[in-house]
Amino acid sequence: MSSVSTLSATEGQERKIPIIKLGTFLLMLPLLLWLFLLIILPHVDLLMVSLREKLGYREYAFSFQNYIEFFTEPLYWNTFVRTAVMSIIATVITLIVGFPISYYIAKVMKGKKRSLLFMMCLIPFWVSELVRTFGWMILLRESGVISSFLQWAGIVDGPVEMLYNDASLMVGLVYTSMLFMVVPLVSVLDTLDDSLIEAGYDLGGNTFNILREIVIPHAMPGIASGCIVVFMLTLGNYLTPTLLGGKDGLWFTEQIYNQFITRFNWESGSAFGFLLLILSSAIVFVGLKLSRQTLADTVK
Amino acid sequence: MSTQLDLECRQVVKSFGKFTAVDNVSLEIPQGSFFSILGPSGCGKTTLLRMLAGFIEPTTGDIRIKDKSMLGVPPNKRPANMVFQHLALFPMMNVAENIAYGLKRRKMGQAEIDRKVADVLERVSLPDAGAKRIEQLSGGQRQRIAIARSLVLEPALLLLDEPLGALDLKLREHMKVELKQLQHEVGTTFVYITHDQSEALVMSDNVAVMNEGRFEQVGTPQDLYYNPSTAFVAGFVGDANRWEGRIEALDGAQAMVALDEGGVIATSFAPGTSFAVGENVDLFVRPEAIVIERSKAAQEKARLSGGKNTLSGVVQNLLFDGANSRALVRDQATGHEVMVSLPQTGAFSDLKPGEALVLSWDVEKTRAFKAMKAARQGIAA
Amino acid sequence: MIPSIPQSKFSTRLYAAYVTLFFLYLAAPLVVVGVFAFNDSLFPSMPWNGITFDWFLGTESPRVGVFHDSQLLESIGYSAFIAICVTLMAVAVGTCNAFLFERHSFPFKNILYIVALMPLVVPGVILGISMLVFANSLVNGIEDLFGFELDILRPGLFLVILGQFAFVTTITTLVISARLRKFDTSLEEAALNLGATKWEAVQTITLPFLKPAMIGAGIVCFLMSFENFNTTLMLVGSDSPLTITMFDRLKQGSTPALNAASLMLMVVSGGLALISVFVQRDRTAAPE
Repeated sequence: MSSVSTLSATEGQERKIPIIKLGTFLLMLPLLLWLFLLIILPHVDLLMVSLREKLGYREYAFSFQNYIEFFTEPLYWNTFVRTAVMSIIATVITLIVGFPISYYIAKVMKGKKRSLLFMMCLIPFWVSELVRTFGWMILLRESGVISSFLQWAGIVDGPVEMLYNDASLMVGLVYTSMLFMVVPLVSVLDTLDDSLIEAGYDLGGNTFNILREIVIPHAMPGIASGCIVVFMLTLGNYLTPTLLGGKDGLWFTEQIYNQFITRFNWESGSAFGFLLLILSSAIVFVGLKLSRQTLADTVK
Repeated sequence: MSTQLDLECRQVVKSFGKFTAVDNVSLEIPQGSFFSILGPSGCGKTTLLRMLAGFIEPTTGDIRIKDKSMLGVPPNKRPANMVFQHLALFPMMNVAENIAYGLKRRKMGQAEIDRKVADVLERVSLPDAGAKRIEQLSGGQRQRIAIARSLVLEPALLLLDEPLGALDLKLREHMKVELKQLQHEVGTTFVYITHDQSEALVMSDNVAVMNEGRFEQVGTPQDLYYNPSTAFVAGFVGDANRWEGRIEALDGAQAMVALDEGGVIATSFAPGTSFAVGENVDLFVRPEAIVIERSKAAQEKARLSGGKNTLSGVVQNLLFDGANSRALVRDQATGHEVMVSLPQTGAFSDLKPGEALVLSWDVEKTRAFKAMKAARQGIAA
Repeated sequence: MIPSIPQSKFSTRLYAAYVTLFFLYLAAPLVVVGVFAFNDSLFPSMPWNGITFDWFLGTESPRVGVFHDSQLLESIGYSAFIAICVTLMAVAVGTCNAFLFERHSFPFKNILYIVALMPLVVPGVILGISMLVFANSLVNGIEDLFGFELDILRPGLFLVILGQFAFVTTITTLVISARLRKFDTSLEEAALNLGATKWEAVQTITLPFLKPAMIGAGIVCFLMSFENFNTTLMLVGSDSPLTITMFDRLKQGSTPALNAASLMLMVVSGGLALISVFVQRDRTAAPE
């Protein structure tokens, strides 16, 4: 016995020596190139660009000017807050709409019907976001399907414009995010044993308090990861706010785009981008901490 | 009616499409008894229990608890509580919250809830477990909390769905005793379903043996063991040697049966049954009913000698299991293997495979039942 | 609640009605886009003027169908080229990463793993601008040092490919790793025991095992790349891929040819999605 244990002990020591085998190193090359050239260095550069001030052609100085500008110019600051608040609202609505659906799929339906329903939930998300948004435009615009239907039904007299306001924006955002709420919810509700719900009833519970005391506490990890992902995606969305949102209420990503492409002010655009990144990461971090999960769990 | 019935089922039937899971079951359980429903998996016992709890509505028939019909009464309004197969303790709550769950639903005051929770924890001998999380409990403790969670509501019926199944053997043996004692102390009627005959026999006042949706026999454990009324019960409750044969001659309460494998065995009948010559029957003999003697003269056919069935054989295998040791003896004439219990005196502790034995048992210890396999009758005719 | 709990007919029906309504909400925009591809009108809107196939086959302005719209066709070509490049690179690198993370130990493994997950958390727009900024810095730096302009790093197809590759690789890495984790290494050991070299064992045993995941991940990559908008928007040059072209037309207002293009996109995506589901199915049914 003792000889075996000493053997394994020396083996353990050998493994600790941080020499990477040639094979491992070759395998690591693509990973390192990918992460450093395409992820880490670009973001470091983004930070550096955001922290400089343009003095003349290719002349720069270190400065917080771009960030100061952000906090002193109400338009930027308001857009930022508005984007965050609207994203939170969209997340909450997505949760409220998606939870009963997920529950229906996971707990009420069984067998083939259940897989079919789940598939039907996933299908729209294989289609480009552009096409989906286009669909909403056709539905909601003044000469659109819903407006025509309302006129035909005699509910309104003339054409109604339902596009380009916060409500239409919300409809589009919730639609786009739904999948990312339903999938984690269905998978977490799947793991809720039916007998827990039955036990709740058997002990005298009713639908409401079983939902509150058994189903929702159980579903909490799924709710958390669904909300995190939805919030993140909504915050970073560009297409839906541009096409469905009102002209007066900008989304923060539009602000970034304007700085970069329209105004060619890369320095402040970078600062805005970095602020959005910080907000997004902070929310993800807080969400993960609150739900006691790790990024790797959420990804699964 | 002198004793009040806690539960009464009247011709309960449950069909799922063409399949009849529970077929015309009637039963009466008097107050304060421990009633088990014993049967192999798929016999309909879980369906029956879930009908009692209210998760399944019977197709026809009536279920009455304390003389009140339960038809249309949802599970949360029935005076029956269930201990689930995998216990279904709420992992999001601690032990005390689990137990208080049902009391809270009754809008009971917090002080009274606390008192009742403490009482019931005391009763299941886990007085300090209240603040623990479910995953901190051992298997046996979880068991007791699940029972406490239901008992605290003082139900008319406690329904138990094979709750010991998940425990390891040692703990299961221990919990059997504990459950029986607990039932005795609290006096609540327990309806217990299981596929494990030992659980049913040890704990119950009455046992119903269920097969293919029907009750085969209802009786005390002793009744079932010593006076089984069907071949299924004889085979399912306790161990038994089983032979198939045909009645050759009838003589009052006894008959001579020619075994399909050769040889003749004398048998008695279960009370209230009658047979005709030529009918196919199944014979059952308990291993402990067989007396064994060492013998030099093997190679005899089964025969009747001195009012006893006798046959001789050679020990094939020894199955040592302490007080429950057995030997597998091969009848030399027919090739049939017979299981015999070894006497607990240790007289045969030196028995070796290959030794010749003479086996004998009383005619009364052999029981004949109508053959279970209908197909076999077809072939014989 | 669940089927075994008795519920009133009213609440069961109410619930079913809600679910039906939800699926109508899901289907409505897609159906509308598809249906209006056949509307005999110059705009994808009401009123309905009857059925036409002009928006697929039409040749004369203003009724130019998708199949004769050179700008749309060209952008489909660009999108396909980008998607194929991204898919091949991402599956190759993802497979390497899977082996690396599942089979090898090396310093900073955990940190690198978290960084590899980062692209999922970074909004696409920001990934795009960071790439844009970095590429520009590189071009300027190289020009200052060596005096020549590295035009390939100017906004254009190459940058788009790199940008999409940057985040799509995370997905291939995750999918292929998950499959590799299920691989019973004793199969590889058996191959070695039967005389295979290490590389032969991987080639003949492990890679075939990973194939369903690689195909599945490849399909997902292709679709994500084809449909990507946010990152692409920031990196695109004069050759615009399909989503960018469609976006521009959407903003200007367009003929139902756009619906026809969308419908084709939906059909292709749907088909690829079905294939990927089929591949995934096959994976669970496989007797390994």
